[in-house]
Amino acid sequence: MDPPLFFSRAMASIYNLFIINKSGGLIYYKDYGSTAKLDTNDSLRLASLWHSMHAISKQLSPTPGCTGIELLQATAFDLHCFQSLTETKFFVVAESGAIGIEALLKTIYELYTDYVLKNPFYEVEMPIRCELFDLHLARLILRDKSVLV
Amino acid sequence: MALAMAPRMRCLYIFNRNGMCLHYHVWLRSLMTLSPQQDQKLMFGMLFSLNSFTAKIDPVSSGKENNPPCSFYSFRTNTYKLHFMETASGIKIILLTDPRIGDLREALMHIYSNIYVEYVVKNPLYSPGQPFRCELFNMALDHYVKTLQ
Repeated sequence: MDPPLFFSRAMASIYNLFIINKSGGLIYYKDYGSTAKLDTNDSLRLASLWHSMHAISKQLSPTPGCTGIELLQATAFDLHCFQSLTETKFFVVAESGAIGIEALLKTIYELYTDYVLKNPFYEVEMPIRCELFDLHLARLILRDKSVLV
Repeated sequence: MALAMAPRMRCLYIFNRNGMCLHYHVWLRSLMTLSPQQDQKLMFGMLFSLNSFTAKIDPVSSGKENNPPCSFYSFRTNTYKLHFMETASGIKIILLTDPRIGDLREALMHIYSNIYVEYVVKNPLYSPGQPFRCELFNMALDHYVKTLQ
């Protein structure tokens, strides 16, 4: 059922990655080359803001069954968001028109379940400090970047 | 793209720069979680916050501010897609549609310049800053929206 790993190759690069827990707290943030260098406070603030916007968008839905924003398109970038069944949200800021980002987010979710959730020392909903997760994530993202060079 | 006979447009909001909802037009809306006033306030507030979020998270802004800040133009959820346009005078036009619809930026521009400006702004009986109810506007809007589906 899961897409094979090679299908997750994004055709364009992502600028950064945020992972927020179900209460809206930031548990992981990684920057991959955005000019807006966000310090810790900024990233925390933006993560909470996104969590609230995501929740409000459900209330404004004209049809029932809304699960929140999946794609936000702006003039300079696209923001893709994936929400797991446990309401953990993974969102990335990518180039406008990037394809394959949904598959990338699913692969990041797989890495999260394998290297974070299955880690017996990791407390759920706490900031992620798992070396293997960082390692595999870096390998996934930077491998995609090197394809474009 | 000759899809179903069901209309793809759900509803339209027009706000002025002070947050006053000048017009709310509904075609097909099966769910309204909040009262119309609360819904409009929430919509305006959410868009205001989303705009500041977009400007802050923009990965390609140079620090100079020579160009206008990046703004979002659309977001998509699993049940609806929201299209947004803001004019220089602070008039915000929001269109909620079926999630499968494409980019409607030009359509919003058309609605502003050829329908709103023509039938509302140029109407001598209209006092700016107030909600309006204009038959010609409604007819022109319905007619234009039919051509989009």
